[in-house]
Amino acid sequence: MNRYLAGRIGQAVLVLWAAFTLSFVLLQALPGDAIMIKFENPELGLSPDQIAELRLYYGADQPLILQYFQTLVGFLSGDFGYSVETGTPVIERIAEGLPATAQLATAAFLLAVVLAVTIAFVSSYTRFAWLRTVLLGVPSLFVSIPTFWLGILLIQVFSFQLGLVPTIGGTDAQLLILPVITLAVPISAPLAQVLCRSLDEVYTRPFVSVAVAKGASRQWVLWRHVARNALLPTLTIAGLTIGELIAGSVITETVFGRNGIGRLTEQAVTAQDIPVLQAIVILAAFVFVTVNLLVDLLFPILDPRLKGRVGVSA
Amino acid sequence: MNPPVATPADLAATSRRPVDPDVPSAGEPDAPGSARTSRRWFRRRPITVSLVLAWLVVLVALLFALVPGLFTDYDPVRGIAAEKLQAPSAAHPFGTDQIGRDLFARVVYGAVHSLSGAFVAVLVGLVVGTAIGVLAGSLGGVVDGVLMRIVDVLLSIPGLLLALAVIILLGFGTINAAIAVGIGSIAAFARLSRSEVVSVRRSDYVEAAFGSGGRFFSVLWRHVLPNSVSPVLSLAALQLGVAILAISTLGFLGYGAPPPTPEWGLLIAEGRNYVATSWWLTTFPGLIVVAVVLSANRISQSIGRSS
Repeated sequence: MNRYLAGRIGQAVLVLWAAFTLSFVLLQALPGDAIMIKFENPELGLSPDQIAELRLYYGADQPLILQYFQTLVGFLSGDFGYSVETGTPVIERIAEGLPATAQLATAAFLLAVVLAVTIAFVSSYTRFAWLRTVLLGVPSLFVSIPTFWLGILLIQVFSFQLGLVPTIGGTDAQLLILPVITLAVPISAPLAQVLCRSLDEVYTRPFVSVAVAKGASRQWVLWRHVARNALLPTLTIAGLTIGELIAGSVITETVFGRNGIGRLTEQAVTAQDIPVLQAIVILAAFVFVTVNLLVDLLFPILDPRLKGRVGVSA
Repeated sequence: MNPPVATPADLAATSRRPVDPDVPSAGEPDAPGSARTSRRWFRRRPITVSLVLAWLVVLVALLFALVPGLFTDYDPVRGIAAEKLQAPSAAHPFGTDQIGRDLFARVVYGAVHSLSGAFVAVLVGLVVGTAIGVLAGSLGGVVDGVLMRIVDVLLSIPGLLLALAVIILLGFGTINAAIAVGIGSIAAFARLSRSEVVSVRRSDYVEAAFGSGGRFFSVLWRHVLPNSVSPVLSLAALQLGVAILAISTLGFLGYGAPPPTPEWGLLIAEGRNYVATSWWLTTFPGLIVVAVVLSANRISQSIGRSS
């Protein structure tokens, strides 16, 4: 088990290091002096001396390989360099936006789980075929809706037509509700799909037939025997949706004008603020890899049947 | 690899695939087998209707892109100032925008930008991803290991962020946005084609082809590729829908085609300023995107099932 743990963590660290290298190649090495693109724009009217000074400030005057190691050491010690747009440390800008985004993402994830579980369990439990057909169609509709359009549509209906939710000057909860729905809808779709499928799959297992044959009620079978077994594959998908949660918050925060990591990403791309974007990409990869590592490690704890198998394969 | 966890690409590929409504209802485990099969037979009909509808939507969208003049007489770029911000009517089925342009004409003429972008994106992902997957799957060993770790890395960065990183590198614009989206889909194609190649390679007829003196590339081309192609095509159709969504997202953020290009995402972004008064400006282009993406997913599902 310990060897499995060490191997799995080592693999995660390797992926993170490779993600860092990829982002370095893409954002710093390939564009040449990526950081300087902005300042060498003649519209800014900077003199060659000033540009040379800026190169020194951002460390763009050193050979690439040195820059690589400096950036790597910096990232490891929490120093992400300086924002080109504001000149302030990147870490400060990220720290500013993180709480708002974490709040939004957590709430949206919880709502997505509630939505997915409701869709899957109602469609599995209902005796009405039409309701099941409708509910099974919902996830494929949800993945086909552009997130930004959904956000605008919600503002249109709930803020302007019905006047239920203020767009500006509401309480925190009021301001959070529409963005959370917007972000939760696309996340809930894959969760619901996998949950529906694994519910169906578990129902075909012999132990369900045994429970039914012994006279268990439909409710008892669903909750005691099927649900617990069907939730595990959904956990894997839940880990994988973290990436979509981060990407979705870029769009949601832009549509609703919320200040957070997503908005910062959008501003960084518009302003060609490469250090900020690089830090966000690495942060996203870090969150993704860490969450999926935790999911992997949680599996044997949640499902004792997997304990032996994991140990053998590691 | 660890057994309890399926590979991310497999899951990503299947998770986005619409739920199969054809699976026998397992909600009633007490239903006898014969009743279930007869109900399945009944269910076939509406499903076929939805597939026909899906092809129809895609066909109309393609016609929008190829012969836009067939559908509307209005100019998509120049407007009539006197007719600005009109609600939908017989003359303007989708209404008009802030400078009097017919919204339906803009949606029709916008199809070429959104669809060609999506095609380029899928092509990039398909060609590069399949090349990586086929190489990794057929060569095996160290090459396989290295290529698949690179794919793991691509998967660990959210698609949109990867696209934004590529865009910051290449600059804004339709083609750049399309390439950026395509790079994001390389990983899924590579994973799928590798697993297909690995399973086909082990089959008897491929062994036989090698045994009867076939050379590596000729066997790859004549036996392995044709037999791995159907699932890859299914993924391509699925990725087309994903790409349309991603490209409209980039267009909405302002990184795609510049105004006054009637790209679908940009149309929604422009209509956003009039959301309090002119609901049609955002609603209709969005509905068109939803319809096309839904159809692409439905077609992908039918290809996947027939294989």
